[in-house]
Amino acid sequence: MTSTRSLLLWVADSPASAAQGPTGDTTPAGPVLSVEGAGIQFGERSLWGDLSFGITPGEFVAVLGANGSGKTTLLKAILGQQPLSHGQIRFLGEPVHHGNRLIGYVPQQKLADAATPLRARDLVALGVDGHRWGIPLPSRSRRQKVDDILTDIGAMSYANAPLSILSGGEQQRLRVGQALAGDPRLVLCDEPLLSLDLSHQRSISELINNQRNARGFGVLFVTHDINPILGMVDRVLYLAGGQFRMGTPDEVFQTSVLTELYGSEVEVFRSNGRVIVVGATDADHHHHPTEGEP
Amino acid sequence: MIHTLLLTVGDDFWSSIFNFDNYGELLVLLRNSIIAGAILGIVGGLISVFVMARDMAFAVHGISELSFAGASAGLLLGVGVVEGSLVGSLVAALLIGVLGVRARDRNSIIAVLMPFGLGLGILCLALYSGRASNKFGLLTGQIVAVDNPRLNSLIVICVIVVIGLLLSWRPLLFASTDPQVAAGRGVPVGIVSLVFMVLLGLTVAVSVQIVGSLLVLAILVTPAAAALRVSSSPVVVPLLSMAFGVTAMVGGIMIALGTSIPISPYVTTISFLIYVVCRIVGAGRERRGWAGRQPAAMLTR
Repeated sequence: MTSTRSLLLWVADSPASAAQGPTGDTTPAGPVLSVEGAGIQFGERSLWGDLSFGITPGEFVAVLGANGSGKTTLLKAILGQQPLSHGQIRFLGEPVHHGNRLIGYVPQQKLADAATPLRARDLVALGVDGHRWGIPLPSRSRRQKVDDILTDIGAMSYANAPLSILSGGEQQRLRVGQALAGDPRLVLCDEPLLSLDLSHQRSISELINNQRNARGFGVLFVTHDINPILGMVDRVLYLAGGQFRMGTPDEVFQTSVLTELYGSEVEVFRSNGRVIVVGATDADHHHHPTEGEP
Repeated sequence: MIHTLLLTVGDDFWSSIFNFDNYGELLVLLRNSIIAGAILGIVGGLISVFVMARDMAFAVHGISELSFAGASAGLLLGVGVVEGSLVGSLVAALLIGVLGVRARDRNSIIAVLMPFGLGLGILCLALYSGRASNKFGLLTGQIVAVDNPRLNSLIVICVIVVIGLLLSWRPLLFASTDPQVAAGRGVPVGIVSLVFMVLLGLTVAVSVQIVGSLLVLAILVTPAAAALRVSSSPVVVPLLSMAFGVTAMVGGIMIALGTSIPISPYVTTISFLIYVVCRIVGAGRERRGWAGRQPAAMLTR
């Protein structure tokens, strides 16, 4: 067990990180994010402990794990909304704090209803200056910035359409745009593909991937299904039962590794470049073999 | 023959309700009421945008019942209706704001508070031995009774609400659409939502005194609900909503002046008709395809 962990564990301080973003980012700066011996305990129960890893600029890291394994809590800790029980998390070398605007956040898909007084461009504009007090005054630079993002994310054709009439995929595209509006160095994604159909799953993950290649930000992508992003991720962080494994998808998605992590029989199948995990407690239904092919 | 008979009966009936003699004099007399109505229309129209965006229509109803309880208690104890309704509103708004962070919790808390408030109000009114019209007015409105001090307190409260809304506009809009993302961007979501509840409590308190606790929804929900049928722009919706609110309030008062019926049916009817028209216009727009989406996008959708 210890040997597996030390093999897969990528410690923030070790500069010999194998995983480098495909951009081959040349910035000499250290990791955008470094999690150092972090742990969270709720009373007796430890959600996860001794978690250490880093994300370099332009790196795409997927976070997987059973329900309740603390994936979302990890994002909250990075956003400074959840205090750690021990260890620390640094962003650009500084301890994380609440409301850091250089961290973008893409939430789960939540359909806006007709009571939302926003058009597509207004959702993106909230990412530009939604945190400021007062009413937004018309400004050319603000409008230009929103237009640039809408162009980047391919949403210009419905820029002025009410948010509520847009499809789930289109709304999610705009939320990615909203996250890009703060020129982030790190983008956190909390199950952004949930309840999207397969073609939108692909287009949203491609959008995030293309943007991180173009802009060089790190990505921490919480998901229950690795397959839509399998070709894009550099490394995988797998959380289960208070423990974790980290490494490339090939290193982590192995029957022996996940069986040991879960402490029960888990089988990993590969077919047509897809990974299917069977028998993982709580997680089995996510990786159900009948999940459709695109 | 029968036709003429019906006509005469009808004539009598209508002239007993509508009588626009001496309209000009009445208008002067009710100057305060019209000013109060216009201000309330503006504030109601503005805040209703967020009532809709935050899905708080039921909360408005709940707060108004506790405001009614407060006003009745104020009447009974001689503290004053204005003070009483303010206390009732603010207590209800803060309770709902603090306990009902999640929508599901919120609805059950409101459902628990509302009948309690209504019952308390009825108890106070039953014990009150003063004029009966005071009692009924708290439920259905009493715009005629806006004297100068009351108009002044209404103006002060409304100015506070408008300034508060304008200052917290963007964070409030952000937190209403996507609380998690807003929190991630540094918006103090909890504080913003409590501030909103206080502003809503203040608005409900002044509205209850004018249109009555049973009818506040007509000016704190309907204007924005109507505006949202025809637009989604964060600039157009509040402007339209305020215009609708003022139209309903001032229009209702103006018509009520010439009639023997209280103002509230007119206000609620105008408000409702505006909503119906907006729905029809909105449906037409949807059929023709919304502006802002280019045809190419329709194909790839």
